[in-house]
Amino acid sequence: MAEIIENTGSGKKKGGRRAPKRMGAHIDMTPMVDLMCLLITFFMLTTAFSKPKVMEITMPEKDTDKEETEGPKVDAQRTYSILLSEDDRVFWYHHGAVPKDQTFPESITETDFSKDGLRKILLQKNEKVFTEIYELKEKVKKGELVLIEDSLNAQIKRIKKSDKKSPIILIKADEKTKYRSIVNVVDEMAICNIANYAIVDIAPEEVALIEKTPKK
Amino acid sequence: MAKIKLKRAQPHVDMTPMVDLFSLLLTFFMLTASFRPQEAKVIDSPSSVSEKATPDKDVISVLVSSDDKVFFSMDNGSDTSAHFRTKLITEINDLYRLKLTEKEITKFGQGSSFGMPMKSLKAFLNEEDANKKEAMQVGIPMDTVGDQYPELGIWVAYARELNPLAEVAINGDANANYKTVKKVMDVMQAGGVNKFNLVTNLQKEEAKPEDLK
Repeated sequence: MAEIIENTGSGKKKGGRRAPKRMGAHIDMTPMVDLMCLLITFFMLTTAFSKPKVMEITMPEKDTDKEETEGPKVDAQRTYSILLSEDDRVFWYHHGAVPKDQTFPESITETDFSKDGLRKILLQKNEKVFTEIYELKEKVKKGELVLIEDSLNAQIKRIKKSDKKSPIILIKADEKTKYRSIVNVVDEMAICNIANYAIVDIAPEEVALIEKTPKK
Repeated sequence: MAKIKLKRAQPHVDMTPMVDLFSLLLTFFMLTASFRPQEAKVIDSPSSVSEKATPDKDVISVLVSSDDKVFFSMDNGSDTSAHFRTKLITEINDLYRLKLTEKEITKFGQGSSFGMPMKSLKAFLNEEDANKKEAMQVGIPMDTVGDQYPELGIWVAYARELNPLAEVAINGDANANYKTVKKVMDVMQAGGVNKFNLVTNLQKEEAKPEDLK
């Protein structure tokens, strides 16, 4: 083992002249290496490399005063409801030309969270906005268009706002829904570039509709 | 023939390159390390495509565990000398007469998330046994008792008053019930918070025009 060779001639003995010993000073590094190994392992294990991300959602403001406020006028033709239930079940229906009071459809369609399920439906409804944004992003990717991220985001926002026919999605979840379903749906909105969506309370009629729909 | 004197060789490996490498690695890890904050419960976050990083400072985070318990946590803010946690507990202590000692307040200031009714906070801070501590974490009550605000609402309201810059992050487990998360949101909305950050894991996914067909 490498070790420090101690110089036997200490400073006290001033008298005796000694030939300076030539020594290859090598230090025993084993303890240091041991310690380093430990520290590295410790840091490797405690470091969180993938930082968690956040998804921002803004909930519609609650009317604290019970005053009957006129909500924003929404074109029923554009409105779709997505209903969520336990075991990650998803349903959707189109509001259609409903005049004033909300009426509910006879039945709702069940779909799923796969690519050919909910995503396809959403993309079809949102085709114009989606393709426009997709083409824009492709152009930036290919280098045909040079945009800094901020202006790209601003453009995407503008495209989203420009389409006056884009769908408005209402997300409603019943009591037994798991949290991940909600996150999945909101995520799907981001993937499909849906401009308008909101998480709202479910109506008892809709719960009944879910119950009526047989399990796949 | 001359006798060859066998030298008693002391084998030693030159460890310098190894030490060099180790030093580099160590420095790298030390500099990049951002410690996982000790959470009261292991949370398995759902995944999303969102790429916005979680703010590390000025966050009020509410954890919702898979068994629907709610935990509250607040950081000390970007200016660490602000000691928001200590201030928060001092205020709550005075208002709700928790009878916490100086020591317990300091302990709270250094802790992380917690989830128990206010009345058992004192016992929790004094408990040393990890198992008993765990058992005490029954979640922060969210129900309105009489004309009292739900406790979660109180915590959030005071935390927001102390640190108006703070954002609210909801760190829910994928298997938590939406009902609980909804309740958390309702309590917060009653306190005037309408914007939430849902903590998720990044999972890249992109829709292609082919998906339309």
